Amino acid sequence: MVGQRLKLNEMEEIKMAKHPTPMLDELESGPWPSFVSDLKQEAEKRAKNPDNVDFQIPVDAVDDLLGVLELSYKHGRTHWKHGGIVGVFGYGGGVIGRYCDQPALFPGVAHFHTMRVAQPAGKFYTTDYLRQICDLWDLRGSGITNMHGSTGDIIFLGTTTPQLEEVFFELTHNLNQDLGGSGSNLRTPADCIGKARCEYACYDTQDLCHHLTLEYQDELHRPAFPYKFKFKFDGCPNCCVASIARADMSFIGTWKDDIRIDQEAVQAYIGGEIPSNGGAHSGRDWGPFDIQKEVIDLCPTKCMWMEDGKLKIDNRECTRCMHCINVMPRALRIGKDTGLSILVGAKAPILDGAQMGSLLVPFIKAEDPYDEIKEVIEAIWDWWMEEGKNRERLGELIKRQGFQKLLEVTGIDPVPQHVQEPRTNPYIFWKEEEVEGGWQRDINEFRKHHLR
Amino acid sequence: MAFISSGYNPDKPMENRITDIGPRKYDEFYPPVIANNKGKWLYHEYLQPGIMVHVAESGDEVYTVRCGGARLMSVTHIREICEIADKHCDGYLRFTTRNNIEFMVDSKDKIEPLKKDLESRKFDGGSFKFPIGGTGAGISNIVHTQGWIHCHTPATDASGTVKATMDVLFEDFQQHRMPAHVRVSMACCLNMCGAVHCSDIAILGYHRKPPILDHEYLDKMCEIPLAIAACPTAAIKPAKIELPNGTKVNSVAVNESRCMFCGNCYTMCPSMPLADTEGDGIVLMVGGKVSNRVSNPKFSKVVVAFIPNEMPRWPTMTDTIKKIVETYAAGANKYERLGEWAERIGWERFFEKCELEFTHHLIDDFRDPAYYTWRQTSNFKF
Repeated sequence: MVGQRLKLNEMEEIKMAKHPTPMLDELESGPWPSFVSDLKQEAEKRAKNPDNVDFQIPVDAVDDLLGVLELSYKHGRTHWKHGGIVGVFGYGGGVIGRYCDQPALFPGVAHFHTMRVAQPAGKFYTTDYLRQICDLWDLRGSGITNMHGSTGDIIFLGTTTPQLEEVFFELTHNLNQDLGGSGSNLRTPADCIGKARCEYACYDTQDLCHHLTLEYQDELHRPAFPYKFKFKFDGCPNCCVASIARADMSFIGTWKDDIRIDQEAVQAYIGGEIPSNGGAHSGRDWGPFDIQKEVIDLCPTKCMWMEDGKLKIDNRECTRCMHCINVMPRALRIGKDTGLSILVGAKAPILDGAQMGSLLVPFIKAEDPYDEIKEVIEAIWDWWMEEGKNRERLGELIKRQGFQKLLEVTGIDPVPQHVQEPRTNPYIFWKEEEVEGGWQRDINEFRKHHLR
Repeated sequence: MAFISSGYNPDKPMENRITDIGPRKYDEFYPPVIANNKGKWLYHEYLQPGIMVHVAESGDEVYTVRCGGARLMSVTHIREICEIADKHCDGYLRFTTRNNIEFMVDSKDKIEPLKKDLESRKFDGGSFKFPIGGTGAGISNIVHTQGWIHCHTPATDASGTVKATMDVLFEDFQQHRMPAHVRVSMACCLNMCGAVHCSDIAILGYHRKPPILDHEYLDKMCEIPLAIAACPTAAIKPAKIELPNGTKVNSVAVNESRCMFCGNCYTMCPSMPLADTEGDGIVLMVGGKVSNRVSNPKFSKVVVAFIPNEMPRWPTMTDTIKKIVETYAAGANKYERLGEWAERIGWERFFEKCELEFTHHLIDDFRDPAYYTWRQTSNFKF
């Protein structure tokens, strides 16, 4: 029976496949989900069209996508042209033009634009919503998506220019759903799972992410910036969305008071009743849990010790790295006086080398309506829009004009927390008003005491 | 195919136009157990690789089954995900930052049927549709970029290199035997849409040939000053060029020895393509992290300057990655990330243990930060 079915499938495939794809076929084997198999099932589904969809872009778009990808595997080069200027009326982002450089061979993907659909914070979905998305994209696009793109959006991969407005109209009118950002805009902000399902979250990442996304829709849709700008929201210093590495402004949850300790649970970890690190190391025998070796000695500030069978923490010396809490989540909890730190300027290497986010605001409360946070954001944008060069990320502007300038424009006082260490050169750009008597002096007065 | 109007009137684009409404609100999509216990979670535990329980103050529990997925996904596949979520999870699900799919149930007895269902589903080609794993001290899904499927600047494919790598690392997607979690990321050019520069292992597509100059079209297609300004090493200058037919055109000249192959000029000017079969390939970077745990966040370091594109399965690349992973797994202490391990044993030892050749390409010579990566001490290992 199974054999018969396989045979039938093979026959169908021979009949169905528009382009032979011998190299891509080799990516169908192996255990990891094969994108090639998935593309093939979509190509076949479109060809058979069991639901009688009146496809608004070529029915063989996915066949041609496989074909052009196979050609890239043969050539070792992409066959997509540089983007074109396409979009929806009034927006400067959310759509990326894409054209194939072999349109005669692959007419189904000759025009194959990307649309970015703003994802809900936390990436929770109902199946009703996802099915609406699928129905829309089946009708008006290739049926191929990214769940999700690198920045966080739902990506619609491949449609024609006349469909862009139609998709946008349906999204906004029927799905209560907007496009995301692209180009020199605020990019679609993204967050970690946060308080929705994580006990480490120091603030409501989803609420802050959603709130700021709505607040700054204009910046997200209409390019007014020197370059891209990203917000990312991590609920704790574990940084699951990597905000510290890739967001122009990263919002990382933290706390000011003491780590909460359940001494009974500490004993349960020591006694081996609860597995360390939530059972994350279950695949190997690492020997019995050793609190000294695994927690106390690994503490980067050495602010923990055992005393009379109890775990003690000198919280003033703690830098909140999360290691002890990660290892003993049932014994240790984040503090109660929670908020977030703001770090700025992270980016990938292009152009001037990679930058990690630099600490700007050590602690700020994260409570609706988030006015204090918005003040920092808007002061930074005013400066960057005024001074930033074309395609200069915030981190590069900070490097060019100095961290002091950033403090000046945001009105934030310098504190030792801002630096890893103080400067090793004395080349300080003193300001005239900082120097007693100012800089204007009389040469004749000077010469009275110092002959030429 | 007949054009079906959505209701949009191209003659009156502003009529009934709705804009700036943003994404759907997150809490419309919370399953009840999440909505009821948000902000009140006490602790979590991995019951087995890929399966977690989170326990709330109320005593409520949510069990999560995490599955890997290709982020390139058809609507047919998404509908299958919906079918599973309807059958087992009351119509709710979520995706993770690393392209995993999470199915959540509110009681323990619902796990086993869900797990069996997920494990039983395979593509016609034989691969799993929903492999369970990606948690704890293992190797989670790879975040990646578009590659040859949809991008104009890639130096390699993304979906293919990821599939080949995850096939090789698959056992560790479903295990917890690593010293700490290992984050693998992939970006198909150094624009790094995937921001792979802080990953335990980063796969990066890279060009090695300067742009080809399409002089005849360059001035027609591009804003020459923008192309010149785009170059981070000031290698591009304006030039008058005489075409073979005798016409003189405005174009650019590239000081090729200054080119670091970033492709930024091509981003600004389509008449300067870099892609090349022999020139393009893979850079491997290791030892980065984004978490602040124990040690500070770190950038990944280049440990293999170039591996050719070997379609369709990139065997040299996957063998090298496997070797690095196994060497790390054998040598690192519990909780030690790959970069922390390399720093503890010393990078000279890292190259020895991983049997990687050290070449001049791996010594930084790009601007001021380079100096800080040279060894300014007499302490080193033989």
